[in-house]
Amino acid sequence: MNRKVCIVGVGHTNFNSMTPDVSWKEFMYDACKKAYFDAGINPRKDVDSFITCAEDYWEGFGIFDEFVPDQIGATLRPCCTVCGDGIQGMANAYMQIMTGLMDTVAVEAHSKVSDLLTYGDVVLHAMDPLFEKPVSGPVERERYAGSPSYPDNNPKPLVGSTDEKERVHPYFLAGLEMQHYLRSAKVTEEQCASVAVKNKKNAFLNPYAINQADLSSEDVMSSEYLFNPLKRLDISPLVDGAICFVLAEESVAKKLGIEPIYLNGFGYSSETPWLSTRGMDAGYARQAVNMATKMAKLKDPKKALDVVEVDDRFSYKELQHIEALGLAGPGEAAQLLEEGELYKDGSLPTNLSGGSMGVGNCLEATGLQRSLEIITQLRGLAGKRQVTDAETGLAQSWRGIPSGTGAVAIFSRNPEVKT
Amino acid sequence: MSEERIEGQPKYAPGTHVRSKDIRERKITYTWWEPEAQYAFSLGPANSRFLKELKAGKIIGRTCRKCDRVIVPPRMFCDWCYDTTHEWVYLKDTGTVETFSISYLDPDAHLIEDPILVGVISIDGASPKHGFMHYFGEMKPEDLRIGMKVKAVWKPKEERVGSVTDIKYFKPLIGGDE
Repeated sequence: MNRKVCIVGVGHTNFNSMTPDVSWKEFMYDACKKAYFDAGINPRKDVDSFITCAEDYWEGFGIFDEFVPDQIGATLRPCCTVCGDGIQGMANAYMQIMTGLMDTVAVEAHSKVSDLLTYGDVVLHAMDPLFEKPVSGPVERERYAGSPSYPDNNPKPLVGSTDEKERVHPYFLAGLEMQHYLRSAKVTEEQCASVAVKNKKNAFLNPYAINQADLSSEDVMSSEYLFNPLKRLDISPLVDGAICFVLAEESVAKKLGIEPIYLNGFGYSSETPWLSTRGMDAGYARQAVNMATKMAKLKDPKKALDVVEVDDRFSYKELQHIEALGLAGPGEAAQLLEEGELYKDGSLPTNLSGGSMGVGNCLEATGLQRSLEIITQLRGLAGKRQVTDAETGLAQSWRGIPSGTGAVAIFSRNPEVKT
Repeated sequence: MSEERIEGQPKYAPGTHVRSKDIRERKITYTWWEPEAQYAFSLGPANSRFLKELKAGKIIGRTCRKCDRVIVPPRMFCDWCYDTTHEWVYLKDTGTVETFSISYLDPDAHLIEDPILVGVISIDGASPKHGFMHYFGEMKPEDLRIGMKVKAVWKPKEERVGSVTDIKYFKPLIGGDE
């Protein structure tokens, strides 16, 4: 058995802070239709199996699995949901193809977070009910305009309002972790701020990134503390976006006449949910990259990788993740950034898509958004942000607060990664 | 905990019964949390138009020319051919009962005196088996049957808000009613 899995089609919607013009079904349809067009296939005949990455609380439906077939082309076809990030969905697609049962598998992930009025409360709901929820306050609680229990004419900011329930916004967990990271890596808040500056600037060159800004690190530093040491501009904004990939066995790509991008390796890992005892050093990323590099037979990732996308939902996360991935020594990622190595012409171009800072936090679609950038780079279609002769790239994602789950995918233009 | 045997329980099922009183009195250890999850789903063009037309007292669908299909409630894409749908088309407010159930219990499992008649109605003018769920009224439970012709009974215009309940229920269609 010498099957190889590659990406033969990608599609995505526009990304936006709100998408009131379409339902979530039409939104998903938009991304999938484009992916099938890109691959030149008819999903009703040519796709053997369909995977959506979704979590019921994000969606607002119980058993969301049952609501997906129509809009992804899967009515009366093999279809399932992976409750996790898009890269985990892609890993499942890979395994389905490797069994030989399926030759072509579609993977879709999306965020329609603008439909969710109580984002902070839903994240808080993901915390342990006995040990963590009771000590998650009392401070602010968010209320959005349009929420039935909140008057339309008096919208309050994301954080900073209080009401009788006195729950805290769970992003304080990122504040805890950042505090720990600053100390252990001997990194300054200014250095973390530079990540936000870089990625929001990168977003200018990515047509689908909407959170571009020309900031200085002073701008980030002078934004208000929300979860000290985390400031407003250290936090990526939420966006809506849907992405679909078509994965296929190599022979299908050849039949379609498509120049494939190979999925050479992947990995995913979950930390214990005990916030108080789990590591604060993104151990999930370390485990995931070990699995992925072993699978891709990648001995020296630092040398082989031409372009990298890592999770930066909070500015410090980019630095922490680069170190956890072994692409920099402990505490050295900030130095790489200062020396310009994480920019387009550096030795480790990181988050040229703009990342979560520049594109936005698209929940479970984050891993696919990162992978989309790598695939676009490897296809040579990244326009002004194109890395010359990019052959191998890595995408890494994290499921966000309060999860300790992360995934890594390694792509290249070759069936075997060139080292 | 209450350790008495409940009358009528079989002898082979001994054990300790848990009453709601035991929970109230905290004899059971538990922790409590009420999630605060609220959503406002954007409806998109198809469902927005559908609700707007219901408010006006009309039922509207979408056609898929490829599949020769008239879909109601309308959708912007067809799940059979996976292409976009084509045109808006007004449909009658009459239809056929596809299936039904007579419900005697409310969600808390209390007996309802007047049973709720609910079922699926295929709307006239749409493709076969295309329609939606609704209540039935102006009929006895024993009169309800599959294949029965029914007609929508609308709320008065000023009470309609753009909701599927702008139709109160479907009643038997009697000759000349159309």
